[in-house]
Amino acid sequence: MTATLPTATPAAPERAAGLGLLRLALRSRRLALGLGVLAVFALTAVIGPWLAGDPDAVSVDLGQAPSGAHWLGTTQTGQDVFAQLVVSARGTLVIGAAAAVIATVVSVVIGIGGGFLGGVADETLSLISNVFLVIPGLPLVIVVAAYVKGDGVLSTVLVIALTSWAASARVLRAQTLSLRGRDYVLAARVYGEKRWRIVLVEILPNELAIIVSQFIHAVIFAVLTQAGLAFLGLADPAYLTWGTMLYFAQNAEALTGGAWWWFVPPGLCIALLGAALSLVSFGLDEVLDPRLRTRRPRKGAR
Amino acid sequence: MTALDVTGLTVDFPQPGGRPFRAVDRVSFSLRAGRTLALVGESGSGKSTVVRALSRLVTPTEGEIRLDGARRTRGADYRRAVQMVFQDPFASLNPAHTIGHHLHRPLLAGGKARRGADVQRKAEELLRSVNLTPPADVARKRPHELSGGQRQRVAIARALAPGPQVLLADEPVSMLDVSIRLEILGLLDRLKDERGLALLYVTHDLATARHFSSEVMVMYRGEIVERGPSDEVILAPRHPYTQLLASAATGSGVSREEARAARAARLAARARRDAERREIVVGDGCRFRPRCPLAMDACARRPPEAEVGPGHRALCWLPAGAGTAGSTNSCA
Repeated sequence: MTATLPTATPAAPERAAGLGLLRLALRSRRLALGLGVLAVFALTAVIGPWLAGDPDAVSVDLGQAPSGAHWLGTTQTGQDVFAQLVVSARGTLVIGAAAAVIATVVSVVIGIGGGFLGGVADETLSLISNVFLVIPGLPLVIVVAAYVKGDGVLSTVLVIALTSWAASARVLRAQTLSLRGRDYVLAARVYGEKRWRIVLVEILPNELAIIVSQFIHAVIFAVLTQAGLAFLGLADPAYLTWGTMLYFAQNAEALTGGAWWWFVPPGLCIALLGAALSLVSFGLDEVLDPRLRTRRPRKGAR
Repeated sequence: MTALDVTGLTVDFPQPGGRPFRAVDRVSFSLRAGRTLALVGESGSGKSTVVRALSRLVTPTEGEIRLDGARRTRGADYRRAVQMVFQDPFASLNPAHTIGHHLHRPLLAGGKARRGADVQRKAEELLRSVNLTPPADVARKRPHELSGGQRQRVAIARALAPGPQVLLADEPVSMLDVSIRLEILGLLDRLKDERGLALLYVTHDLATARHFSSEVMVMYRGEIVERGPSDEVILAPRHPYTQLLASAATGSGVSREEARAARAARLAARARRDAERREIVVGDGCRFRPRCPLAMDACARRPPEAEVGPGHRALCWLPAGAGTAGSTNSCA
C-alpha cells in the first residue's frame, strides 16, 4: 500500500504541470547532469557539421599533434580530427537513436501484445523472443553485418535492432501479464472498453517508465554495438561515426604510432555518451519512483 | 420484477493434473429491481466467482443468466445493464489517469454521452450523485490524491455511468476504514432506491448484510447452504454453518463466554481448514460435513433444500427431518 502514498506536489496539479515536471527533473542531480551532457552532444550533432568544416578535406599537415590551427590534430592524411569528431557525433547518434526506436517498438508490440493476448499468440511470440534471446548477440551481428555489408546505414541500424529487442520484450510481457489482471483493467472490460483501447490507454501508460528506461539502454547498446562493428570494419566506412574513426585510426597504426589525439577523443565521446544516458536513466527512475527519491534537506532546516 | 435471473450457475476452474475445481456449484437466485440481495460466506467460498460470472469476466461452465427474462443478451447491451464495484478501491482505479477519465470512458463506451461538454457535464453529475464535490475539481485529480472512501465513491460512479439495472458490489467496503463503511453502504442503498437498481451485495459481514438487504444467501464451498429473509437467516439460522457464522460475528449481543467459545471454535475450524482444502471431494454428501458439529450419517448423501419458514430454505438434513432425533421420535 506504500505505493499509493501521495507524491510530492499535490497542489496546483494542472496549471504548472510542464514547469513542475522540469523542476522535479532538475532536483535529481544525476538527471540534470545526464541531460546536460546529452544536450551538448545533441546540439553538436544538429549544428556541428555546418560549423566544423569538411571532415574529409585533406591538408598538408600530416599527423600533426593538437595545435591552434587543428584543435585535435590531424590524421595521417591530413584531415582535421576535430571536424571528424563533430561530424561523427551526428552519425553515431542517428544510428543509436534509430536502432533503439526500432528495437523498442518491436519489443513493445511483441511483449505487450503477447502478454495481453495470451494463449497461442503468447506462446508463439514468447518462442520467437526466446530464440532471439539465446542467440549470442555479437556473433550474429557480425555474421549478418558481413552478409549485408556495404548496404549503408539502414542495414547497420536493422542489424542492431534485430539483436537487441528480445530482452525488453520479455520484461514487458511479464509486466503486461501482471497488469492484465488488475482490477482497473477488469473494470474497463466490464464497461465494455474495446481491446485496443484497453491495451493502449489502460495498460501502456503504466509501463511507460519501463519502456523509457529500456529505450535509453537500447540507445547505449546500439552506440556500443555500432562502434564495435565499425571498428571491426563491418560498417559502411563512408558514413562517419566514432566507430569508423577508431577503425581508421587502427588501420593507420595510430595506436602503435602514438597518435593519441586520433583515437582518444572518439573513445572518450562514446564513454561519455554512455555515461550520460545511464545517468538519465537512473535519474528518471529516481524522479518517477517516489520511493527512490532522495530528499535533500532544505537550506536552513538544520 | 426480476432484473437478473440466475439458474444452475456452475463455474469450474481447470486444475493442473486432475479434475477441475468447482468454485460455484448449481447456484440459482434472482435479483429484483429496487431490492438488495446479500451474499455472505467465508473467503474462498465462491462469492467473488459468482460476481465475476455475472459480470462476464468468467465464463460459466453451466447455467443460465437471464437479463430481463431474455435468454441471451448481446455483449454490449449486457455490459450496459450489469455493472460491478470492485473490492479494492486502491486497485480498481488506473493510477495513470484522472478521475474524469474514469467516468468519461464508460459514458462514451456505453454511448451515454457525446464527446466534449456533454460528457463532462454528465461526469460531474455522476460525481455529485456520489457526493464528491466540487465535481470539477475532483474530476481533475488523480486516484492517488483521493482517500480510500473517495476512491470507492469514484468506483461507484464509474459503475453507474453506463446506467445499469443491476449493480454487483463485491465486498465494496471491506478495504475501507470502519468509520466510512456505513457512509458508503448508505450511499449504495440510496442509489439503489433512487435508480431502482437490483443490488447484489457480497460481504462476510452479517451485521451490514442484515441491515442493508432484504434477503440473504449464505454460501459455503460453492453452494448456497441457506437463504431467506435477512432477519430470519441471521437471527434464526437453521444451517449449522450459518449458525457458526452468526455466533462468530461480533456485536450480536452474545456474552463473553459465548464469544470465547465461538472464538475457540473458529480457531479450531481454521486449523482444520488446510487439511480440508486438500481433501478434494466429500463425495456427494454435505460439504460442510467435515466441520459440522452436528454431522451425522445422513450427511454422506446430498442434503435436500428444506423449507424452514416462509421463503427461508436451508440445504441441510436437520431441518429436513432426517436427524437421529427425528427418527427416534417417529419410532416412539
